Amino acid sequence: MSMEKQAVERARTAFLTRRSRPLEFRAQQLKALQRMITEKERDIAAALKLDLNKNEFQTPLYELVGLESEIQLALEKLPEWAAPRTAEKTLLTISDEVYVQPEPLGVVLIIGAWNYPFALVIQPLIGAIAAGNAAVIKPSEVSEHTARLLGELLPQYIDKDLYPVVNGGVPETQELLRQRFDHVFYTGNCAVGKLVMEAAARHLTPVTLELGGKSPCYIDKDCDLSIVCRRITWGKYMNCGQTCIAPDYVLCDQSIQGRVVEEIKKALKEFYGDDLKTSPDYGRMINQRHFKRVTALLEGETVALGGESDEADCFIAPTVLTGVTGSSKVMQEEIFGPVLPLVSVGSVDEAIRFINQREKPLALYVFSYDSKLIKRMIAETSSGGVTANDVLLHYSISALPFGGVGNSGMGSYHGKHSFDRLSHLRSCLIKSLNMEAVNKVRYPPHSAKKLSWARFFILKRVRLGTLGRLALLAAFVALAALVAQRFL
Amino acid sequence: MSDYGAIVQKLRDSFGTRKTRPAEFRISQLNSIVTLLRENEGPIVEALERDLRKPKFETMISEISMAINEANYAINHLASWMKPEHVEKSLVMKFDECFIRKEPLGVVLIIGAWNYPVQLVLVPLIGAIAAGNCAVVKPSELSDSTSSLLTELLPKYLDQSCFSVVCGGAKETTELLEQRFDHIFYTGGVSVARSVMRAASCHLTPVTLELGGKSPALVEGSCDVTATARRLVWARFFNAGQSCVAPDYVLCSPETRRLLLPALRDCITQLYGTEPRESRDFGRIINQRHFERIRDLLSNSQGRVEIGGETEEGERYIAPTVLVDVSESDPVMQEEIFGPVLPILTVESLEEAINFINRREKPLALYLYTGDSKVVTKVMECTSSGGFCSNDGLVHMTVITLPFGGVGSSGVGRYHGRFSFDTFSHQRSCVLRGFGLEWANQLRYPPYSEQKLERLLQATQERKWSCTLL
Repeated sequence: MSMEKQAVERARTAFLTRRSRPLEFRAQQLKALQRMITEKERDIAAALKLDLNKNEFQTPLYELVGLESEIQLALEKLPEWAAPRTAEKTLLTISDEVYVQPEPLGVVLIIGAWNYPFALVIQPLIGAIAAGNAAVIKPSEVSEHTARLLGELLPQYIDKDLYPVVNGGVPETQELLRQRFDHVFYTGNCAVGKLVMEAAARHLTPVTLELGGKSPCYIDKDCDLSIVCRRITWGKYMNCGQTCIAPDYVLCDQSIQGRVVEEIKKALKEFYGDDLKTSPDYGRMINQRHFKRVTALLEGETVALGGESDEADCFIAPTVLTGVTGSSKVMQEEIFGPVLPLVSVGSVDEAIRFINQREKPLALYVFSYDSKLIKRMIAETSSGGVTANDVLLHYSISALPFGGVGNSGMGSYHGKHSFDRLSHLRSCLIKSLNMEAVNKVRYPPHSAKKLSWARFFILKRVRLGTLGRLALLAAFVALAALVAQRFL
Repeated sequence: MSDYGAIVQKLRDSFGTRKTRPAEFRISQLNSIVTLLRENEGPIVEALERDLRKPKFETMISEISMAINEANYAINHLASWMKPEHVEKSLVMKFDECFIRKEPLGVVLIIGAWNYPVQLVLVPLIGAIAAGNCAVVKPSELSDSTSSLLTELLPKYLDQSCFSVVCGGAKETTELLEQRFDHIFYTGGVSVARSVMRAASCHLTPVTLELGGKSPALVEGSCDVTATARRLVWARFFNAGQSCVAPDYVLCSPETRRLLLPALRDCITQLYGTEPRESRDFGRIINQRHFERIRDLLSNSQGRVEIGGETEEGERYIAPTVLVDVSESDPVMQEEIFGPVLPILTVESLEEAINFINRREKPLALYLYTGDSKVVTKVMECTSSGGFCSNDGLVHMTVITLPFGGVGSSGVGRYHGRFSFDTFSHQRSCVLRGFGLEWANQLRYPPYSEQKLERLLQATQERKWSCTLL
C-alpha cells in the first residue's frame, strides 16, 4: 500500500473514532495551531525567506496575521456555527422541528500552493478542523522549505493521525487524488484544477478550486494618480507579483499612461529605495522555471520601467510595459510576476468590453472618484471579487466569501464560509407520530375534496413568533380534527 | 458549429444583452411558469398518466403544486434575495462599503429525471431564472410524454431567446455536455453523474448533482406501529416507489417486525384496496427495462415475499411488495430499488442498525420512526445522510425553507427555495473604498519595520477594539 493511501486510511480510521467531533477537541486543535504560529514564527519566516525571499515583517503581515485572526474567529464562533440552524416552518410542519444541522464531511484533502505556502495550507485547514473533519495536507513541493517545515511542525502540534502531512511531487499528488475523499480543496492554477476536478469526479467528491486568472485594474482619467499608483504598486509587486489576486494588468486612457509610469516609479522608490535589488523588502521569483516564464513575456514589449533581471538570483525588477494590446503575448496568461502591462482603452465601455471578452478573473479593480462609474463597472462585469479604489482588500475581510467564478475557481472560503464549505448542512425534520389527522388528506384513496385540502396546506408558509405559533397551532388542531372527521 | 453550440451561443448572446437581469424580467418569466402549470393542468396530468400511470392526486401535489409553490416563493422573495448583503466590518474598514453581490452565472444546463419529470425540470429552472441566468433544459427521454409536452409548452410561455429545451437520449446528452456552461444541474443516477462531473471538469464548470442511494428507514421499538406503517406505506409506494427519497429498506428488531407486518398489510389495503392493480391511486413502472430490473430483484432475492409480489408485464405493474428475511448480501440490497418493494431487515439493537447504515454509502434520506427523542439524537449524531426525517417519509423535501441535496454518493450541492437561487448565483465579494485615509495605508507599505508592523497589527485586531469601544 502506498504511503499516500496509508495516510488517508489512517485519517479515515481516526475520523471514524469520532474524536474530531466534540467542539472542545476542535477548539483544542485550533489553539494548538495558534501556539505553533506563535512559537515557531522564526522558523516559518526562515523557511519563507528561503523559498520566496520574504522578509521577517512580510511573513507575519501576509501569512500569519490573517491566520491568527481566522483562528480567533473560529474559536469564538464555533458554538454558533456548529449549532442547529432553525428554518422557517410551513403550515404542515408547524408542530415539528425544522432545522439544518451542520456535520463534518469526513476526510478532506487540502492541496496548497507555493506563493503563500503557509497561509494557503493553514487557512483551509482551520476551516476543516472547525467543521470537525480529518484532513490530509499536501503542501506545494515548489516551496520546498515551507513544505518540509509543515511536515515537521504540524505533527508536533496537532493530531497526527487526523491531520497527516503528505509531501511529494506530481506522482505523490496523483496517488493522493486516486484516493477517496469527502472534499478536495485545491489552490493553484486552472490546468491542474481541471485534473483535480476530473479525479474528484470518479468518487463524486465535491471540490473547492481557488484558481486565478488575469485580474484587471481600471484607472479612471480623473483620479489622484499618486494615491492610485501607490496602492497598485503595493499590491502588484508584493511577493514579487506572485499573488493570485494581484492586479495583473492596467486598463486606462492613453493620456494618463505617462503619469501612471511616473507615479509607480515614485512609489517604488518610496517602498524599495534606490537600489531595489538590495532592498530586504522585495521578493524573488520562486524558481528558475517561473523566472524564465516571466522574462520571456517581456520579449518584444515596450519596457517603460524596470525590465532588469538576474537569473542566478531569480530577481526580476518591478516592470511596467506600455503599448500592450489584447493580443500581446503578455496578455495570454496570468503573469504571476512583477510585470505590469498598461493597455490603452478610450472609454469605460471599451474597458468593460475588453474585460468581458476574457475569462472571468479572480479579482477586479477599479479606481475612480465617480461612484456611478464604479457601480457600473461592477454591474457589467463578473469576477470572483472586487476592490474599488484599492487592491487586495476583499481578501482580508473574513465575513466576505473569497473565491473565484468561471475559470478563476469554484466555491469560496474564509471565516464562516470555510466552516460551511467543509461541512454537510443536513436538513432535519423532526415530526411526532401524532397529528396523523393532518396527514389523512394525503393518503389514497384520493378524492377531489382531499386534493383541495392538500393544496391548501401545502401552499402556505408561516412566519410567526412563538405565541403566534401556539395560537395557530390551536386553530390548526381544531381544523385538523374537522378535516379528520370528514375523511374518517 | 453543432446545433447545440449554436443554441448555447444564442443564449450566451442573450445573456450578454443583460435582459435576464432586471427583477421585472425574472418575475415575468416565473409568472409565466405558474401560468403554464395552471393552464395546462389537464395535459400534464394526462402525460404523467401515460408515462407512469401517475395518479392525478400525486401529479397535483408532487409535480404541479410543488412547482407553483416554488415559483411563487421565488417571486415573493426575489427582491430580498437579489439585494446585496452588507457584512460586518473591522474598525479599519469602517468607512468602506463591504458587501456581497448576488450575480447570475450565465448559461446553465438543467438535466431532468423521469420520475418527477415536471418538478425536476421546473424547480431547478425556477432557481436559474430567479438568479438571472439563461438556461438549456434537457428533460429525460424516458418520460417521453411529459418531456414532449414540456418541449412544446416551455417555448410558448418563456422567452425563447433565453431558455431552450433540448431533447434526446444518452448520445445527445453527451454531445450537449461538450458545450461550455456556467453551471450544470443534474438529477439522476450515480454513474451518469460521474460522466457529467467529468465533462464539467473540462470547462471548470461547477455542478449540482441530485442523486440517490438506499435510504434506510429505521423503525425503533417505541414507535406507534400503526402510524408508522401508514406513513411508511405512503412514502414507499408513492409513485410506485420511484422516488429518490423513498424509504428503500426497513431496519427493525424481530419483535417490531412481528408487529409491523400486519400493520403494513392493513395499510396497503386501506390505501390501495385489496387489489392494488385496480386502484387508480397506484402507479406503474416507467418502462420495460426498469420493470424487468425490479422483477429480477424480486425473483433473485433470497428473502421471502410476505406481502404482494405480483407483477403484470403488459402493464408494467408490480404490486406493493414487502420482503422479509433479507440479508445484507441479498441482490435487493446491492442497488437502489426504485420500485414498490420494501425489504425488511432485522437487527438486534440500535447500535447494529447504526453500524449497518454506516457500512454503506451515505444515503439521500434517512428515516427514523420512534417515540423516544433520545433515539432521534443518537441516530442523527451517529449517521450521515443528505436529509433526515423522523416519523414520516418524503415530506422533508417539501419544506421549502430546508435545503434539499445529498452528501457523498447521494449528491453534491443543494436546492429548493432560496438555496436554488444561491446555487445558480455567484456571490461576489465587494469592497468599495475612498481615496482618503492614505496615511493609514502607510503602515502597510514598505519599507517594512518592526514599528510599522506593531502598529498595523494593533489597528487590525479589530474584534478586541470594538468590544472595548462599545
